Amino acid sequence: MNRQGRPTQPVASSAPEGLTTFSGNKGLQLEEALIFEIGTTQTTGVDLADLPANAKSRIGDLARTDEIGLPGLTEPETMRHYVRLSQKNYAIDSGIYPLGSCTMKHNPRLNEKMARLPGFSDIHPMQPQSTVQGALELIDTLAHWLKVITGMPAVAMSPKAGAHGELCGLMAIRACLEARGDARVRVLVPESAHGTNPATAAACGYKVDTIPATEEGRVDLEALKAKLGDDVAALMLTNPNTCGLFERDIIEICEAVHGAGALVYCDGANLNAIMGKVRPGDLGIDAMHINLHKTFSTPHGGGGPGAGPVVLSETLAPFAPLPFVVVTDGTFSLAEYAPEAEAHGAQPFGRLTAFHGQMGMFVRALSFMMSHGSDGIAQAAEDAVLNANYIMASLKDIMTASFEGPCMHEALFDDRFLKDTDVTTLDMAKAMIDEGMHPMTMYFPLVVHGAMLIEPTESESKQTLDAFISTMRQLVEAAKAGETERFTGAPHFAPMKRLDETAAARKPVLRWTPEENASHSAAAE
Amino acid sequence: MSDLKYTEQHEWVRVNDGVAEIGISDYAAEQLGDVVYVELPDVGRTVEQSGEIAVVESVKAASEIYAPVSGEVVEVNGALDDDPATVNAEPTGKGWMVRLKLSNEDELATLMDADAYKTYLEGLE
Amino acid sequence: MRYLPHTPQDRAEMLARIGAANINELFKDVPADALLNERLDLPMAASEMAVERQLSAMAAMNTAAGTVPFFIGCGAYRHHVPATVDHLIQRSEFLTAYTPYQPEISQGTLQVLFEFQTQVAALTGMDVANASMYDGSTAAAEAVMMAARVTRRQRTVLSGNLHPHYRDVILTNGTYTGEAFVKNSPQVTDDEDLAAQVDDQTAAVVVQNPDVFGNLRDLTPLAEAVHAKGALLIVVVTETVSLGMVKSPGAMGADIVVAEGQSIGNGLNFGGPYVGLFATRQKYVRQMPGRLCGETTDADGKRGYVLTLSTREQHIRREKATSNICTNSGLCALAFSIHMTLLGEKGLRHLAALNHAGAVALAESLSEVPGVELMTERFFNEFTLRLPKEAQEVVEALTEKGILGGVRMSRLFPGDDTMDTLVTIAVTETNTPEDFAAYRKALEEVLS
Repeated sequence: MNRQGRPTQPVASSAPEGLTTFSGNKGLQLEEALIFEIGTTQTTGVDLADLPANAKSRIGDLARTDEIGLPGLTEPETMRHYVRLSQKNYAIDSGIYPLGSCTMKHNPRLNEKMARLPGFSDIHPMQPQSTVQGALELIDTLAHWLKVITGMPAVAMSPKAGAHGELCGLMAIRACLEARGDARVRVLVPESAHGTNPATAAACGYKVDTIPATEEGRVDLEALKAKLGDDVAALMLTNPNTCGLFERDIIEICEAVHGAGALVYCDGANLNAIMGKVRPGDLGIDAMHINLHKTFSTPHGGGGPGAGPVVLSETLAPFAPLPFVVVTDGTFSLAEYAPEAEAHGAQPFGRLTAFHGQMGMFVRALSFMMSHGSDGIAQAAEDAVLNANYIMASLKDIMTASFEGPCMHEALFDDRFLKDTDVTTLDMAKAMIDEGMHPMTMYFPLVVHGAMLIEPTESESKQTLDAFISTMRQLVEAAKAGETERFTGAPHFAPMKRLDETAAARKPVLRWTPEENASHSAAAE
Repeated sequence: MSDLKYTEQHEWVRVNDGVAEIGISDYAAEQLGDVVYVELPDVGRTVEQSGEIAVVESVKAASEIYAPVSGEVVEVNGALDDDPATVNAEPTGKGWMVRLKLSNEDELATLMDADAYKTYLEGLE
Repeated sequence: MRYLPHTPQDRAEMLARIGAANINELFKDVPADALLNERLDLPMAASEMAVERQLSAMAAMNTAAGTVPFFIGCGAYRHHVPATVDHLIQRSEFLTAYTPYQPEISQGTLQVLFEFQTQVAALTGMDVANASMYDGSTAAAEAVMMAARVTRRQRTVLSGNLHPHYRDVILTNGTYTGEAFVKNSPQVTDDEDLAAQVDDQTAAVVVQNPDVFGNLRDLTPLAEAVHAKGALLIVVVTETVSLGMVKSPGAMGADIVVAEGQSIGNGLNFGGPYVGLFATRQKYVRQMPGRLCGETTDADGKRGYVLTLSTREQHIRREKATSNICTNSGLCALAFSIHMTLLGEKGLRHLAALNHAGAVALAESLSEVPGVELMTERFFNEFTLRLPKEAQEVVEALTEKGILGGVRMSRLFPGDDTMDTLVTIAVTETNTPEDFAAYRKALEEVLS
């Protein structure tokens, strides 16, 4: 008889109060030490060829003799280390990621596959141009799509991310003004702007002058006009703006700015709401960066890489930076230096990066655009706007919408609905983590108190949105019902509790050191 | 407390023998939250009244501190480097930031005394 | 369209909830004249297969480095990237996460950044490193701006042997910020005297090691001269693998080290995305650009990581930020960190030794070809030859023979006729003895 019978009925159980595991792990949640604590400098996970027997050195007394301090892991250990770490991350592939201003949409894997074709991934930026005609054609094709989508005549492809694109745009503006002999000193920035806008203006040597918002969450046209003058170089505005609203007066705004001899820079972070629906070139914009990693879904990768091509008006086009692609009789070439550029009638303001831009992102973005086509691009914008308005319509009775709608692709709420609840915007965000959702953008834009900026994107199905809305409503009701314990210590169920950011900033520990290892081992004993 | 004079930007100043000690008010320390760093000026620098003289940082904000009076920096509170929390704990005491050699005593008259500052704060509520 | 989940019925129900009769009611704030009535003049949606076909055709028009004997460097290097690296960086949780602003559900990315910062600091011989910049060139420009903040001076001396694209990025970034630059001409034989150009108004000296021609130099005396004037030494490294063999910039006295990290974990990608490394001394931490990840504890006392010292950054400090950078090179930093973990110190040293041995062997072989002169005495994996003909002609002839034989220096220094006969050649572990033999044979044919 088989005496190995095991109970197969579940036993009702909840973990006794205070029960912890011996390992510190919790089922599938595995703790993972630092590579410096598990690896050694003598371990390696690669097999390299032996050195040739007759190998010679020309390094001489510059040889590195100190221990560098780089631990290695074998291949299986490496795999586990990073897989375990990855499992501590939330991602768009796991669920809704409604970070306002960030456009966290689905990242198709076709794009990854295309970017890895050796003909794109294994070519060198300094290869003879005759051997990279397809790569130059790809850049030129992407440039064409970007120009058509924005209705602008030119595009600078090399900027490496949105903020780099801003730098490109403002430098083109400054170069253009200086070429007119009309150096100016001020850049106007609405108070709702991304922090990169004033930071960029300052990096171009401009003084930043803030324009207030109206009670409707838009640029105050009268205040703008009052600030315009012959010392204003540019207006930097975001449209749709960071409150999720289209700047209704955009045409008058651009006319007023142009009337004062200045130029209009548009932060293109929110292009997702209007692609295929409105062309910035029809509104009077002179320069706008496009975050390929937002609108065109080249993945965010936990903080980059991005890509920030900048479309330019006729006025600014000649000042685009080096290098750029030139097409002559079907042959592609690169203008890499000023004399080559000048031969094409350009007056480049300089160079922004070592090579030609984020080719890997270009391939992904073009793959994404071609998949959508002109019909899909407009549909994506419409669905993004539809989804945001659906959220707005479904939550505005119990949360406080900051401004009258319709909104564009993101819905802005503030914390008035939390008044007298002892629950803050931060608490609400952390409680969302417990519910398995990534929080919305919080405390931005600065123009409303305790901002909650929700951008669902077109990737979310109605079913997902309904689940999100239902959970949000229950959270809001719990907050209003005084269930503060659900919020103040949240997240309760994430891999980590709230982290002490004050301690991190007061005594910054920015790297592992052997001394720290010693103190941790001591603490563990 | 009564020996302190205040600005509308919530700095205070205390004068001893022509040297003005400067810090931020209890109200400002409360509003800023946990102070994590104070960027102090070099000794020897001269500053005009209302000129930027230090920066107080919390985790998510950085606030400029403006000189309530003009003068030359003669001493800075280096102890804040090791323990910036002192600004929260004792903003008008050990949490002082800068000592200036006063260059124009008349400027003191432009500042609020403790009662006036209290009234001013009530107006902000 | 396969990426869009809504059915027409979903859209109708949602519009009804919103109370809009049609989608364009939601666009009512757009000036009526500007709202497009017709679709853009672009192709219609395409299937996965169709996109793949078109893009593959474009890719096929390029000569992939792996298909030919390949010797091009000058700021980007073809190294072997283990399969594990590419697999891991494509895990959803890394690839499709945003910047780790919610640390409780981003510890994976944050711990990687903490490990990355530590690896970069160790590699460069510095105290601290940030969580990455766009690439080596923009990191160099940021270093120059940081040196101006630290020293409160605005004069920067640039080595003539700095990669000219890096030089131009630095100059462009400094155009409107009142900085003054002292430029030097390139000298393949490396005898510029930078120390003599440092005065007490100088913020920094920028020097590349190995330089654009491949020369290695001991920067210790320069560091001493720079420090004697209260300036900072910025060292640029474009080939990170060299740090496995060559004395670190930190050990030679650098104050800021910037590097192109592409060599480790990242493919050539026609110039991007790459990963800029940025390291400095502890005392300058608060003047650094970019994101920093720091260690802390959570409410239960458990060790964890957060983005920290954010008050330096644009989203808080706005026009007073140390840099405007926001998105950086997170995923490329991850690739770097994984590859470095696979290598370990032992593997990195061995990899560097292989690169060096190959370069020395090829340099000696090619310099035996009649009329060819090796111009770089001390180098790591890249060296420069003077040819008896214009390098452009030779490089083109080699390309015809299916060998991508290096970078003609006239491409990097147009208008400088001392560069016309120079070619700079990089060798990595991916080159085989057969590649070397093919290069030698082809060069002999081209020059004969």
